[in-house]
Amino acid sequence: MNETVLELTKIVKRFPGLTANDNVDFDLKRGEVHALLGENGAGKSTLMNIAYGIYKADSGDVKVNGQKVEISSPRKAIEYGIGMIQQHFSLVPSFSVTQNVALGLKELGIVPNLPKVRNKIIELSKKYKISVDPDAKIWQISAGEQQRVEIIKLLYVRSQIMILDEPTAILTPQETEGLFETIREMTKNAASVIFISHKLKEVIEISDRITVLRHGKVVGSVKTSETNENELAKMMVGREVIMKIEKKPSKASGEILKVDNLHVMNDKGLKAIKGVSFDVKGGEVLGIAGVEGNGQRELSEALYGMRDYKGTVTVDGTKMKSGNVMDRIKHHVAYVPQDRKADALCGGLSIYQNLFIKAFSSPSMKFNPYFFVPERLRVPSLRLMKDYSISASSVDLEVKFLSGGNMQKVVLAREIGNSSPKLIIAVHPTRGLDVGAEEFVYNVLLEQKAKGAAILLIAGDLFEIFNLSDRVAVLYEGQIIGYSQPDESHLEEIGLMMAGVKNENPL
Amino acid sequence: MKIHFEKREKKPSTLLIFLASLLSILIAIVFLGFIILSLGDNPLTAYWQLVSWGLGTVPGFIQSLVSMMPLLFTSLGVLIAFKMKLWNIGAEGQFQMGAFAATWGALYLFPHLGNPWLFIPLLMILGMAAGALWGFLPGVMRAYLGVNEILSTLMLNYVAIYWVNYLTYGPWKGAHSYNFPVTAEFPSAAIFPQYGTGGLNLGIFISIAVAFFVFYLVKYTKLGFNLGIAGDNLRVGEYAGINVKRMIVLVMVIGGAISGLGGMAEMSGVLFRLQPNFSPGYGYTAVIIAWLARLDPIATVIVSFFFGVLLVGSQQLQLFMQIPSSLVNAFNGILLFSLLASEILLHYRVRWVRL
Repeated sequence: MNETVLELTKIVKRFPGLTANDNVDFDLKRGEVHALLGENGAGKSTLMNIAYGIYKADSGDVKVNGQKVEISSPRKAIEYGIGMIQQHFSLVPSFSVTQNVALGLKELGIVPNLPKVRNKIIELSKKYKISVDPDAKIWQISAGEQQRVEIIKLLYVRSQIMILDEPTAILTPQETEGLFETIREMTKNAASVIFISHKLKEVIEISDRITVLRHGKVVGSVKTSETNENELAKMMVGREVIMKIEKKPSKASGEILKVDNLHVMNDKGLKAIKGVSFDVKGGEVLGIAGVEGNGQRELSEALYGMRDYKGTVTVDGTKMKSGNVMDRIKHHVAYVPQDRKADALCGGLSIYQNLFIKAFSSPSMKFNPYFFVPERLRVPSLRLMKDYSISASSVDLEVKFLSGGNMQKVVLAREIGNSSPKLIIAVHPTRGLDVGAEEFVYNVLLEQKAKGAAILLIAGDLFEIFNLSDRVAVLYEGQIIGYSQPDESHLEEIGLMMAGVKNENPL
Repeated sequence: MKIHFEKREKKPSTLLIFLASLLSILIAIVFLGFIILSLGDNPLTAYWQLVSWGLGTVPGFIQSLVSMMPLLFTSLGVLIAFKMKLWNIGAEGQFQMGAFAATWGALYLFPHLGNPWLFIPLLMILGMAAGALWGFLPGVMRAYLGVNEILSTLMLNYVAIYWVNYLTYGPWKGAHSYNFPVTAEFPSAAIFPQYGTGGLNLGIFISIAVAFFVFYLVKYTKLGFNLGIAGDNLRVGEYAGINVKRMIVLVMVIGGAISGLGGMAEMSGVLFRLQPNFSPGYGYTAVIIAWLARLDPIATVIVSFFFGVLLVGSQQLQLFMQIPSSLVNAFNGILLFSLLASEILLHYRVRWVRL
């Protein structure tokens, strides 16, 4: 059982503006589950996409069964027995399970023998304890079952190396148990599994070895039996402070945001936020830490009025209407959403138009709706571009041609520079930004705090939370599992709460 | 050798857009030439016939303007919806409903209204209202029920067309029509002022005025500004506090009203009576025109005129060369294809890569 089936050495992969993988070494032995652990953006998916032939490494070697190979495409990867289940499935919704498995099988020829495929699916599902209905159409079955179909697809082509990218993100606890059973069954049959996750508990439950990545580098590689959650949390988040931000103590004034017993559904109609209550005072930053997918998106959208909710949200003494954005805008709520390209910017429009997207809804702007000359926005836009150091050749440039950092500056300039917000909801405000832009964003938010705005900061990166917040709440499975202090001495405590461990003995 | 597409780093320039449109027209013309060749005629003579009458003679020019009018109305109708990425192909139905409502008003609701100052505005309102209704239905279905507007507008076109057929073959068949499926003629007070005998009428000027109105609407109003935002990214529209659903309905209603007004103008200005197949598919050609004009209302006037010339020319072609006038439909189809294909040139740089 000690034979190495996959070996990645000194993998380097750079994207414009960041190094996703920096001399990463990784190996996988026959019959083991090797977990790849790290925060979002640590480079886990990039590394595995290299192994699966989706990306090409800038440098470094890939060896399969001791042979140096060039994996130029997923097709090649499959030939080498490497299969990957990505976070977004590649299934045809209107096809049945059998048809999906049959797709792309070389052995089938022009007229596929579907009954044969169907029998093999039933046989595999018995052997590996995977419950799938071979005749169900993909669109009819749950995400968990779709994932099982993906696993069957890999088993069908006898993949020996299976890469599972955040497989539990979409599963219920019961389905997760089922997946683990399948994984154990597969490793018994000499397959090897790479399990990508940022959930400590699961990783400890299922893996034999754990490699932790942080900022594209390997922090360490440990045997699961020789480690524990505390140690892993430390490795994951790290100890070094990236930069020093001058954080003044808060001069909290009255309550600006009050959330009481909030319940929110996600897009699938499942409960995402289950009875959350908290408040944020003026001049205060409340950081909400948590592993992504624990309700952050739903919480922020509900607070900004883009998603319906039950419960009450009060801004500066006024009760907000559920699902009404105008209500928020009128009460000076600024929103910096998680996905700026999808939710906050019109990529095909110019910078100046993007800076004034709220021209007709913001209470601080008065334009004539029947005679409005957009070109006149150029002059105030130039000022905003300067204030927010947005580097672009002109205000007419389409936003989609900007870098991530400059895009975020456009959002901030509009939400903060173009109005005087009382409440700022910022979700992962520095995701994907380089250090300079990150520092800029921090300073803008802290400046607003000094001016008396209430800031709700939802972030995954604990250092971001430490750098900015006055209090930290931890969101776990749609509930606030506990509060803590934003400094490094509470790192372990927060890390454990993020993993769902309730804080019983405060440090 | 292998073709390689690279995404352009910058927005395509106006010149490039113009050249791409020109190229698609050229491609369509070349294809048209092959078709004419296969019919045994000289393409060059045919091209000459196609444009010389419409552009080279005064009566031809006026005829082209008359043909332009319904095209311009319907193009402007679809253009507004296209700005919001609503694929409204219902201009044909809205146009027909506008014509129906105008006929209803002129012949059945108030046929004895003698004052044209009252009669004509009344008919215009009726035409717009009927077109608006035909836009409102798919608009509401799209906004609140998520029904794809391509399908609903297309289906409603057939409803409108068959409704007009039913009326003209049945209850509305004119008393003096010798059993032809046409209604009685409009009373004279319901007819647009005519200038000369060539068919030049008020409707043409109204259509151009509407183009300028749409230009103003899109460029200089809150609606137009928000249209640009919601058209680029619907979620950002919501984020900015725009009531996106209401806006979808509003846009479909405005577009429908403009196309409906076109139907009314065709009745009051050109035909004076309702008949089946009175539209050779203006509402579909409108889609091509709006694209060729790159959704610019002023360019739409010019492109509509160009199509008006072609329409008139195609009749010349039939008359003098016995080439079927439906050839223009083939031309339109090829043009739309090459136009859509040219989009790729605008957004991607094409390179030949040696393997």
